[in-house]
Amino acid sequence: MKRLKTVGQPVIKKDAMALVTGQPVYTDDIAPKDCLVVKVLRSSHANAIVKSVLKEHAIKVPGIEAVYTWEDVPKERFTMAGQTYPEPSPYDRYILDRHVRYVGDPVAIVAGVDENCVDKALALLKTEYEVLPALLDFRKAKDNELLVHPEEDWKALCTVGADNKRNLCASGREEDGQVEAELSDCDVVVEGSYHVKAAQQAMMETFCTFCCIDTYGRLNVVSSTQIVFHVRRILSNALGIPKSKIRVTKPRIGGGFGAKQSVVSEVFPAFVTWMTKKPSKMIFTRAESQTASSPRHEMEVSVKVGADHDGTIRVIDVYTLSNTGAYGEHGPTTVGLSGHKSIPLYGFLKAYRFAYDVVYTNVMSAGAYRGYGATQGIFAVELAVNELAEKLSIDPVSLRLKNMVRQGQAMPAYYGEINTSCALDRCIKRAKEMIGWDEKYPCKDIGNGKVRSVGVAMAMQGSGISGVDVGSATIKLNEDGIYTLSIAAADMGTGCDTILAQMAAECMDCSLDNIIVSGADTDTSPYDSGSYASSTTYVTGGAVEKACGKLMEQIQERACQILSCDREDLEFDGHKAGNIKNGKTVTLEEIGTSSMCGNTVALQATESHSSPVSPPPFMTGMAEIELDKETGHVEIIDYVAVVDCGTVINPNLARVQTEGGIVQGIGMTLYENIQYTKDGTLLNNSLMQYKIPTRLDMGKIHVEFESSYEPSGPFGAKSIGEIVINTPAPAIAHAIANATGIWFKELPITSEKIAMGIVKQ
Amino acid sequence: MQISITLNGKKLTEDIPPELLLIDWVRRHGCYSVKRGCETSNCGLCTVFMDDRPVLSCSVLAARADGTRIETLEGLQEEAEEFGTFIASQGAEQCGFCNPGMIMNTIALFRENPWPTEEEIKEYLAGNLCRCSGYEGQLRGVLAFLEKRRGGGGL
Amino acid sequence: MMTIKEYVKVSSLEQAYELNQKRTNRIIGGMLWMKMGKEKIHTAIDLSELGLDTIEETKDEFIIGCMVTLRQLECHGGLSDWSGGFIRESVKDIVGVQFRNLATIGGSLFGRFGFSDVLTAFLVLDTEVELYKGGRVSLEEFAEWKPDRDILVRVIVKKSKGERIYLSHRNTKTDLPVLTIAVSSGENGIKIAAGARPQRAIIVTVGKICGREMTGSLEEIEKYAKELASGIPVGSNMRASAAYRSHLAEVLIRRGLLALNERKSSLERGCQDAD
Repeated sequence: MKRLKTVGQPVIKKDAMALVTGQPVYTDDIAPKDCLVVKVLRSSHANAIVKSVLKEHAIKVPGIEAVYTWEDVPKERFTMAGQTYPEPSPYDRYILDRHVRYVGDPVAIVAGVDENCVDKALALLKTEYEVLPALLDFRKAKDNELLVHPEEDWKALCTVGADNKRNLCASGREEDGQVEAELSDCDVVVEGSYHVKAAQQAMMETFCTFCCIDTYGRLNVVSSTQIVFHVRRILSNALGIPKSKIRVTKPRIGGGFGAKQSVVSEVFPAFVTWMTKKPSKMIFTRAESQTASSPRHEMEVSVKVGADHDGTIRVIDVYTLSNTGAYGEHGPTTVGLSGHKSIPLYGFLKAYRFAYDVVYTNVMSAGAYRGYGATQGIFAVELAVNELAEKLSIDPVSLRLKNMVRQGQAMPAYYGEINTSCALDRCIKRAKEMIGWDEKYPCKDIGNGKVRSVGVAMAMQGSGISGVDVGSATIKLNEDGIYTLSIAAADMGTGCDTILAQMAAECMDCSLDNIIVSGADTDTSPYDSGSYASSTTYVTGGAVEKACGKLMEQIQERACQILSCDREDLEFDGHKAGNIKNGKTVTLEEIGTSSMCGNTVALQATESHSSPVSPPPFMTGMAEIELDKETGHVEIIDYVAVVDCGTVINPNLARVQTEGGIVQGIGMTLYENIQYTKDGTLLNNSLMQYKIPTRLDMGKIHVEFESSYEPSGPFGAKSIGEIVINTPAPAIAHAIANATGIWFKELPITSEKIAMGIVKQ
Repeated sequence: MQISITLNGKKLTEDIPPELLLIDWVRRHGCYSVKRGCETSNCGLCTVFMDDRPVLSCSVLAARADGTRIETLEGLQEEAEEFGTFIASQGAEQCGFCNPGMIMNTIALFRENPWPTEEEIKEYLAGNLCRCSGYEGQLRGVLAFLEKRRGGGGL
Repeated sequence: MMTIKEYVKVSSLEQAYELNQKRTNRIIGGMLWMKMGKEKIHTAIDLSELGLDTIEETKDEFIIGCMVTLRQLECHGGLSDWSGGFIRESVKDIVGVQFRNLATIGGSLFGRFGFSDVLTAFLVLDTEVELYKGGRVSLEEFAEWKPDRDILVRVIVKKSKGERIYLSHRNTKTDLPVLTIAVSSGENGIKIAAGARPQRAIIVTVGKICGREMTGSLEEIEKYAKELASGIPVGSNMRASAAYRSHLAEVLIRRGLLALNERKSSLERGCQDAD
């Protein structure tokens, strides 16, 4: 194999210096200064009908441009989920609905010249509600007589087992083999229900968008989004205007983690600008980002794992109850991963079953958050497997080595795909060495009421959505021999602009500096589904490879014209082309320049890529904790992660992705809490009340890579963005069980739960 | 009311509403590196120096800053670039949104304590939240920068 | 957010006091808590020109201006030496350096916030507050009052002998505390304060048990911690339940007393003096 020059190098991100020197590159930094400020009045009831909104006083506030209520918006339902059309998420929203379905649901839009007047106007809006009983318990939602979406114009575009008259956003069931028979025949069956709450992505930049009307009378939308093309479609649906009237671009994004794979802030300023033809912006407050956005789906995952005394895991049965909240964004799809990305970790099952219901309730609707259901499912299955190891008195690492999926195996619970690249066995062996498993498992009393213990979990994810996601790349040669790479994948800090440029540099055999990256503009970029589902490196990367190959051909064709030679007589090394017959040469610069004079060969290539498979990355995470048995405090000492993401394109960025995902996972496991009042008001509405880890809370993280080679991926690569959040919950919960003897099955596992659990024992 | 603040070395005198927050004032003056990440003084994104001390500009009234020297990353470009390169070399800037505040506070740390230990670094920067990096890369960047300053290593 | 009509950097305490008599006017301390409210303030009163941002150390006292920041307290050499790191320990977990550079001791104590580490810590010291009109009053007494229209000008801490331990439990390292316990021993015996109950900090014991736990066995201390903890009124909030707080109070009081015991020699001295 050719030695790689740029791929595999820890190069600095192309935008790094702009970011570390604080350049104005984010949405609110570049919004026009004369923008109208847009805010919304939000419902204070979890379920209500808006009887009336008195606007008169609000509209009279000096500086107020417009006040809109449910009467003013189009009556076509749409979804805000950023998914490929036809979206599996139901069309269940208006921009403003008379029926408000959670505390925070928008009631009115106010636009004015500055924040002060808008705040004043908001305070003067008089809203009368007919308050309805609210459905707040997701365990009681299915077939409840209270309906979250009783409306007749609700619709599901795809067959996902949805039925709004049963509060069902989706439901389904699949089975392979004889599950009941296997379960009754197993020596040991572990059974449990595992509850994960609607954790928040809490990216540092809140949701934000500005809009204006361009020279052509079109709506220009600049938004902090992962999905420019989906935003265009969603706004077209919401506003009832043609897609040709909308352009969406994204500047730098201050973090996404899936939050920005839904339309959240976009519709409001888009509506205001379309109606008023004036520029407008909406910058979510942190409180809005916490209470009216697109967090993880709360799920309760019920698992049965059956095995023989010798440790052969024979059967896994998973039922997931998922809470999509007031609206169905990503409801039908996230739930699938809770089974499809947990069960296939075990390769020798005789049978499996996976069933699910996704229900509507009167809480904030959920969306896409890193891991996308896999996180919830893996917490359940991996923790159950740990409990199984304890019951069987088998070391949990050995149990996994015996049962884990291997390269070459078919994975029935993973759409029947073949496991084409897998170093999971090496991952767990290496992790075991790194943490010193054999010396530390299960725990050690270190006195003063403190115990040190370890825990383990494995994880997988996908690389893009098979047969659905499309990545495209356009690459062109400029006259100075430099290339422009156009993409619509969204770099949200992950570094995909750089990673894709590294691939292009490798393909074109040039330095990374010679690749200009131009990103995410629905008018000018080639189509890309967007950056989600761990797709960008694998899917868009595939498109980059293809486009580069095509451009290489075109360059050589042009060189043949210049050198008047046949293709077989041409030699090209990426910098210079030569006619081997007469020794005449032409440089890349000259070819580029010549393309602008009397040329008929476009030195520009666009390729799209989609993959029929979604090869999973794999990883093992191990946690060492110190647990204070009296206060219940858990101190993370070390976290070891060994990842198989195929070929590592940029080791620095892959490492930081891993570290970042693990720390988010630690937060979700130990203290990121979601608490509602009995009326359905979310209390964790700020970074004061929703505690994400600080740098004092995460211990020491050690990351290594054990790469397999994925034949269908660019340079052998798979994905890394999401898988990294999946191991902390089961690994830490395992360590806690090893320290206390208690299997905590609900996140977060707070110090209170631990201490009071020990007291009860 | 009238205030007079020296912003990044330039004295500015102007009329402001008394409730104007310093963060909004500096952004009005083009200092866009100063970010708002929360409303509850928790995130550290809006860190500026007020008479050399790092403070949360979201929690100071511009009126109170009257008569002080305010510095933002715009006024510390050389230091930002010099130190920031070490963050970039780890890929730890990620989305970049928390970086200006974190880099400001790290510069403050170096001024107060030129040779901090790992623990001191973590403690001093505890009020700077980051959701992307998991903090490890930032720490490696700070340590590599110190190593370079000691005359060892480099990038 | 709060609104402010007028902003006055006062030139005297008298001016501040007069302005402060109006119900819609407010003295601005560090403003960190106030800023999150929705108060409509007519005149914001700023004391920052009055030179109240210094810590003065005399032979017997520390005199701390109300505008002294938590970071100043944390970094003050004299306070640190005298308190054996106690003061630093009580404030170092509060959000971050930039926050502590703004939050003031005056604001922290005047607010008598339920979550206050500062109030808990200073309660077990020999602390008085100096009010502009009300004069000197012990912090313990002051802590029980409802906020009024007087001005907290200075905080005076007597350099009494003794040992002090500060303990808190937090869900994350820089979060508001779930429970705070401060323990001191001195000429008047043992003093224990409990805060973040989640109501404001209170003194839960003082003096009379002197001698008992100084030489106390582990069992005695355990018993005593249990007794004390069961008498501390606690409540539930987002961060923890009342039951957990009671449990923590017992654990932290015991640990605090044991830690004091470890510094036994100085303790015994303090106790004999008291006898």
